[in-house]
This record gives sequence, structure tokens and C-alpha cells, in this order.
Amino acid sequence: MRLILDIALTHISGRGRQTIVAMLGVAVGVGFSIAMAALMQGGQDDFVRQLVDTMPHVQVTDEQRTARRQPAEDLFDAAAISGLRPRDDRRGIINPTEALSWLDGWVPGRFAATLKAQGVIRYSGQEVGAAVIGIDPQAEPRVSPIIGDFKAGNFAALAAGGNNVVIGDTMASRLGAKLGDTITAVSSEGLSRRFKIVGLFHTGTTARDEGEAYVLQKNAQILSARPNAINEINIKLDDPNAAPIVARRIEAELGYKAVAWQEANESILEALVVRNVIMYTVVAAIMLVAGFGIFNIISTITHEKARDIAIMKSLGFTEADMRILFVLEGVAIATAGTLLGWALGFAMIYALSLVRFELAATGQEMTRLPIAWSMLHYVIAAAFALGSAAIAGYLPARRAARSNPVDIIRGAT
Amino acid sequence: MSTLIETRDLTRILNETVPVTLVKDISLTIGEREFVAVTGPSGSGKSSLLYLLGLLDRPTGGTLTIRDRDTARMDEDERAATRLANIGFVFQFHFLLPEFTARENVEIPMRKLGRLSRGEMRERASDLLAALGLTDHLNKRPDQLSGGQRQRVAVARALANDPPLILADEPTGSLDSKSSEQVFKILETLVREKGKTVVAVTHDLDMASRMDRRLHLIDGRLTSETEDAAVPGEDGSPHD
Repeated sequence: MRLILDIALTHISGRGRQTIVAMLGVAVGVGFSIAMAALMQGGQDDFVRQLVDTMPHVQVTDEQRTARRQPAEDLFDAAAISGLRPRDDRRGIINPTEALSWLDGWVPGRFAATLKAQGVIRYSGQEVGAAVIGIDPQAEPRVSPIIGDFKAGNFAALAAGGNNVVIGDTMASRLGAKLGDTITAVSSEGLSRRFKIVGLFHTGTTARDEGEAYVLQKNAQILSARPNAINEINIKLDDPNAAPIVARRIEAELGYKAVAWQEANESILEALVVRNVIMYTVVAAIMLVAGFGIFNIISTITHEKARDIAIMKSLGFTEADMRILFVLEGVAIATAGTLLGWALGFAMIYALSLVRFELAATGQEMTRLPIAWSMLHYVIAAAFALGSAAIAGYLPARRAARSNPVDIIRGAT
Repeated sequence: MSTLIETRDLTRILNETVPVTLVKDISLTIGEREFVAVTGPSGSGKSSLLYLLGLLDRPTGGTLTIRDRDTARMDEDERAATRLANIGFVFQFHFLLPEFTARENVEIPMRKLGRLSRGEMRERASDLLAALGLTDHLNKRPDQLSGGQRQRVAVARALANDPPLILADEPTGSLDSKSSEQVFKILETLVREKGKTVVAVTHDLDMASRMDRRLHLIDGRLTSETEDAAVPGEDGSPHD
């Protein structure tokens, strides 16, 4: 093998310019593939991280996916009931204390129970539809996505006596209210209650900043006339990827709909898969183009070296030796190109990571492009490059190996 | 003298639109330490016979045995291994690998066979080239050598693995008379002193007359076989 490698290296080093062009083709392909993968993976990771951060990993609600099994179905074999819908239960999650105690026993993470009710917030003649969310100020900060987004006040202020509310800054500006003002919350049951604004938050999500008002759980229960009720349990897990398993177990045990974040964002995650497929297709296409360069040089070498192939076969080299020789030449070019491409890719990623810009329209600052530094990108790019090089080298190598040395020797003489 | 090569009705026909007979019904025996010339007019099948004997080509009929081993039973790998260890080729053109030096060219068959250490290979290659008068040219590439020197390097490469059989296809065909004589002497020495068997295709009847045995081919057929100085002419008639 060492002999064949020596001959291979001698062949390609004897074609400096062609070799460099083919090598640069691979290097550019590998470099751009790595940079593109880092950028796309970074964007995806950032997007998923925001998804995971801004919503519960598992959300248990008082809904049920299917209607309860009817007694007639248990009593009569012939009974078949269709078209049933689960009934809305104003009582929310039945026996919440026991459910929360059961969750506390095994869930690897934190959770908080809430009562969410639809209502209207009024202030100074202005009205905004809102979800009035009753929370436990002790438990909510451990699962809430807005805990880091307070512009003024916090959840703890809710517990500081009286009827207090925390709203988004967009809602406040639409109402014309500010911190310390007193707004009126009206529930869908027609009950109303006045709350003092003790906190303002800005998450950047319009639906949340404009449509959510947080009050003490007790106040929400009074406002919606549902004493002691909760209708949501929000869970943050230590490992977000465990959400589907946790959700399945909760749903099986409690009977209520438990939605993992992956299920809630299934269409988005599917879109990300499609995006990844597109990305790797582009990477494969880039490498295919680089492969053509390698195919070209190996074809040229096999053509120019037809006489050498014949003489080596006459010396006792086998067809397999000849195939290995030219595949090695392709792989050697690709290996050099890959190493160069790794350096190029790293440099491009580093340069991209230095890019800073702001999204002034929303007032949010995005200081860096989201970049994923992953060895896997380098490995995948190298695998594509070496694989396409091996194929690009193999095709002319096979043809050359099959050539009849006698024909070549006769032609040469 | 033990038999090295034996053919029975050896035939090679090219299956083209109009079949072309290269070699037809050749039966012969070549023993060890023989110095055999294959003569005949152009297109008579001399080189084709040599390629068959050297396992570079496969016969379409008849049998070929080398040291009692029927070559028809050999797969490609065994044929390659046989060429590597038992047969040395010298062609009309040197066919040296141009990127390698004279010594590296001679080392290539040894490295492929892998019986010697790198040091032993270098030493043997140097010795072979020195024996052929190329001591000062070990590290020269083929394009830095004269035609005669290249052909001597090719002979050294053919001898690299110490094969019992040397097949030479017009080894002096592209050389001037002085270089031709040098190469002929080398081949003769291989037989007389080294105990090799040399089968050489040649157009040079004077050279053939100095060899032990002459096989004369016309239209792919063996028309005469002589072991004296009388060499058949181009038309198959005795030549003096």
C-alpha cells in the first residue's frame, strides 16, 4: 500500500497546477459548507432555544383529547358511539392538589399551576382583550418565560397585598396606563375587579406583551367564579428533550391533555427538518461540483498514464492495485482540500461571528449572528468531500484498471 | 534441462468483426537456461506469442503451462503474482515510470513483491544497475538518461525479483548498434552466467543467429524451429 501511495502522490505532485485547482475546488466547497451549516444550525438552535425558553416544555391543560368512554360501550358489545366531543369542564383540573403532589414526586424539573381566563382589561375608556392568568408568585418565576423581561416590578410584587396585576408594556401603552395606575379586569362571566399595575414586562412577543395580564391565582379564581380551580400546569424540565416522554406519562395518568413543546411546534420543527434537508442537498451539490474537478484530474491522469498502467500490470500489479492507486489520488487531493477547507470554514465562521447588527424596528438588539460551532459540520463536510472524491476517482480508475495492457503496449510500440 | 514453459496448440484469435488470428496452434517447449529468439516478419504474431507466454494476454485456444502449472486455471491475481515473481519483461521502449529515478524504477517490482527490506531493496537495485554499468546514474530520472541507458535500467527492473524467465520484445529495436550490442550482451550473460531463460522477439537476424534457438513465425504459425546458426529468412526459407 505504501508503494501505491508513493506512486499516487508522485502522480498528483507532478501535476501541480491541476492538483491545486482541484484541491481549491474541494476547499471552497468544504469551507462554504461548514460556514453555511454553522449559520443555519446556529439559526435553528437559536430559534429552538427561544421556542423552548418562551413556552413550557410540557403544558397540561384541563382539556381531554378524546371523549370519555361511555357506559353503554362497556355494557353492550354492539354499542358504538361516534361524534362525541370532550366536555368543557369549568372545574378545571379535578383534584389539583393530588395531581401536583404526584408530579412533585417524579417530574425532573419545575412546574407551576395557573388559572387562565379570558377577559377584558379597561382603563380610562380603553379596552383590550386579554388572558387573565392567575399565578402563584412563588412558583411562577421558576417556569415563566418572562421572568427576565420585566421592565418594572416583578411577580413578587403581586403578593405585596391588595389586588395587583402585571401586564405587558404594549398593553399598557394601548391602554395609556403606567406603573401604579389601576385598571379594571372584566371576566367572561361578567365579574369585574380593579387591579393596580405593579409590574411591566416586554418579551418581544406581541401576543404576550399585548394580551396577558398576571394576577394572583386567588384573584383569578374570584374573577372567573371558579373557586380553588386551576386549568393549566406548566412544566419546565431539566432536559427539554424529555418532554414527549413526560407528557405521555402525565396524560396517561391524569387523563388531561399534556402537550410537549415538540408537539406544540410540530409544523415548525418539520419545517426545520425540511430546511436541513435543503441545506445538506446544497452541501452535496457543492461537493458534487468539487467532485467533477477531481474526476477531471483523475481522468486526465489515467489517460496520460495509460502506458504506466500497462507497464505496472506487466510488472505484476493487479487491477485492484490500479483502482486503489487512482482512488487514492482522488482521496489525497480531497484530503488536502478538506484540510484547507476546514481552515477556510473556521475562518469564515469566525468572521461571521464578529458581525454585529441591531434590529431597531422592534427595539430589540441582536448583537451577533447565531453561529453553531460544531465538529459535526466539519466531519460531515469532510465525509461528503472524501466520498465524492472516492467516487470521482473510482470511475476513471475502474476504466483504467480494466484496460488491456497488451492494447496499450501495442499502441505505444 | 527442466521444462519452464510448454504450449500445446496455443491459439489467440481476436474476435472482431472479421476475426484476426494472432497466434495459431503453436506447440513448443522451452527449458530453463535457454536463449530463444522469436523471429518472423511484421504481423507474424511474435509479440502476441510473447504476451501469451508472459500472461499479459489470454489464449483463445490450446494450453500454456509454466512450471507445470496450467495457466488457464489461474485467476487474474495469480497471473499477476506469477508475472511479479517469475517473469521479467523488457520491451522495445523502456517504459520506465518517468517520475521515478532509475533506482526507484528498479525497486518498484521488489516493493510490490515485498520480500526484502527497504535497505535490501536499495542495495539490490544499486547492485543490478551497477552490474549494467549504471553506477553513476542511480538517481537520474529516465529523461536524464540515453536510450541505451534507459533500456539497461529496464533490464535491471526486469531482473529485480530474480525471475527465472525474461521475455524481451525487440529489446534493441529502438537502440543504436552500440547500445544494441550492450543490451544483447547483457541478455546473453543472464543466460550463460545467471541461469535465466530469455525469450526475445527480434527482427535482427544476426542477433538471432547468436542465440541458442530460433522460433520462426509466419501468419501466427510456427513454421520452423532451429538450434543452429542457420536462421530462416522472412519467407520461411533457410537463410545463411
